[in-house]
Amino acid sequence: MLELINISKTYNPGTVNEMCLFEGFNLDVPDGEFVSIVGSNGSGKTSLLNIICGSIPIDTGDVRIGGNSIKKLKDFQRYRRIGRVYQNPAMGTSPDLTLLENMSLADNKGRTFGLSAGINRSRVAFYREQLAILGLGLEDKLHEKVGSLSGGQRQAAAMVMSTLTPVDFLILDEHTAALDPKAAETVMELTDRIVKEKKLTAMMVTHNLRYAVEYGNRLIMMDKGRIVLEKSGAEKADLKVDDVLKVFTDISIECGN
Amino acid sequence: MIWMSVFFDLAIGTLTQGLIYALLSYGVYITYKILDFPDLTVDGSFPLGAAVTAVLLTHGFDPYLTLPVALAIGATAGLITGLIHVKLGVRDLLAGIVTMTALFSINLQIAGSNLIVERAVDTIFTARPTMAVIGALPLIYRKLIISLVMAVVFKLLLDSYLKTKNGLLLRAVGDNSLLVTTLAEDKGRLKIIGLVISNALAALAGAVVCHEQRSFSSTMGTGQVVFGLATVIIGITLFKKLGFVKGTTAVMIGSILYKASIQAAISLGLPANLLKFVTAALFLMILVVGSRQKGGLKDA
Repeated sequence: MLELINISKTYNPGTVNEMCLFEGFNLDVPDGEFVSIVGSNGSGKTSLLNIICGSIPIDTGDVRIGGNSIKKLKDFQRYRRIGRVYQNPAMGTSPDLTLLENMSLADNKGRTFGLSAGINRSRVAFYREQLAILGLGLEDKLHEKVGSLSGGQRQAAAMVMSTLTPVDFLILDEHTAALDPKAAETVMELTDRIVKEKKLTAMMVTHNLRYAVEYGNRLIMMDKGRIVLEKSGAEKADLKVDDVLKVFTDISIECGN
Repeated sequence: MIWMSVFFDLAIGTLTQGLIYALLSYGVYITYKILDFPDLTVDGSFPLGAAVTAVLLTHGFDPYLTLPVALAIGATAGLITGLIHVKLGVRDLLAGIVTMTALFSINLQIAGSNLIVERAVDTIFTARPTMAVIGALPLIYRKLIISLVMAVVFKLLLDSYLKTKNGLLLRAVGDNSLLVTTLAEDKGRLKIIGLVISNALAALAGAVVCHEQRSFSSTMGTGQVVFGLATVIIGITLFKKLGFVKGTTAVMIGSILYKASIQAAISLGLPANLLKFVTAALFLMILVVGSRQKGGLKDA
């Protein structure tokens, strides 16, 4: 169980740009749940993910995993149990290294990065197999620099890399937003399969309402740092894109957008 | 035919210089090219290696042992810059400037003042084990061979390090530090490792230069960062189209080419006082050509 307890966060405190994003924010995510998070720009979706991963500090409140506070842990320490895929395909891979080198790095997550050989030849067949599942022909591009691959290919590789070693949580930050519709579909289907196969707890921020409705077993809509719509279980299963869109539009009209 | 033999000696001497300074270029290659960290510590750690070596040699220390000592003390300088940057949160460029400035005084404290190593004192080029193996050769060839061996050995060591797990992670830090964080590794620790290796190599270069010219001067560090950057950019720009040439090899050749062009300028009658000016002009030219090529590739 991931718990966000009474989180408060103010940006630029004490200046004219002061902005209170979260005030007494609470959220529980039980193990194995796949949460889709939607909301307009600036509603706090990505900040929420950053607070969980420790990329931005919180003013008050606590973040707990399995009942233990992780508030004191640095970002890189939290990532021992968390895999993350970013919106920008360039962020999940190292462009100057080959695909094989990238896979080898991801494969060693959680272990010591010492002076043994960077590439474990006996794992190459396994990497090929994992990449072949994508159906993008990446298994034949192991020796190419990742920077020369297309955005969709890089994001698919980043997706595989993020869950190559056992993690408990998968954080997806608009990870299909920069891809063309076909590549987005491929990456989204892959995401769903990985989450189900590895029984991960996942949180996915997306602007694609169809993905939010179609995938996952809980949907949250955020606005100004608050949860304004929440559906899970059977309610979530019956949810239509139009229902979500209506709430979304109502909020936007209230804001005068 | 005297001019031919003079020219030949000059060429050997320049090649030797290029190979010795390649050690410094490897260091700058690690920080500038791999870590994307413009490290000015090198201007202080290079003479630091020379200062320590000059003092040890004049006190009768084994000449070969001055090399590991220089490596260790250079590593410490890199460690300090790393800690200032990572733990105290000082910007990369400024962290290097802080250490470099402090080292200027420290180097003078170590060496007392500018220091000459007497003819009677043995260096790595004249010590008994060297003479036992290549003693039949004149001094300039001994210098060339030892410099070549060192440049090649450290190139190979560096190449094999960059293929280890730690080396791959170091390359990833400069490339995409966010990935390193997501892999649950501390990018600050890796930056420190890179700075330690880089400045160890810079101090080693300083030590070998001290053996070669038998002196330490407090100003010998001035412009070494620019030299290192220039050789890295020359090497990478010239050889990046050839995928099979390793970065370290490219940098070694860059170092030799750079020393050769400076030597050519001096031989053609360039006044020594103008040397830094010409260096700056050459550096500017290299930067512009390097970035043009980059831009060209982007447009293509």
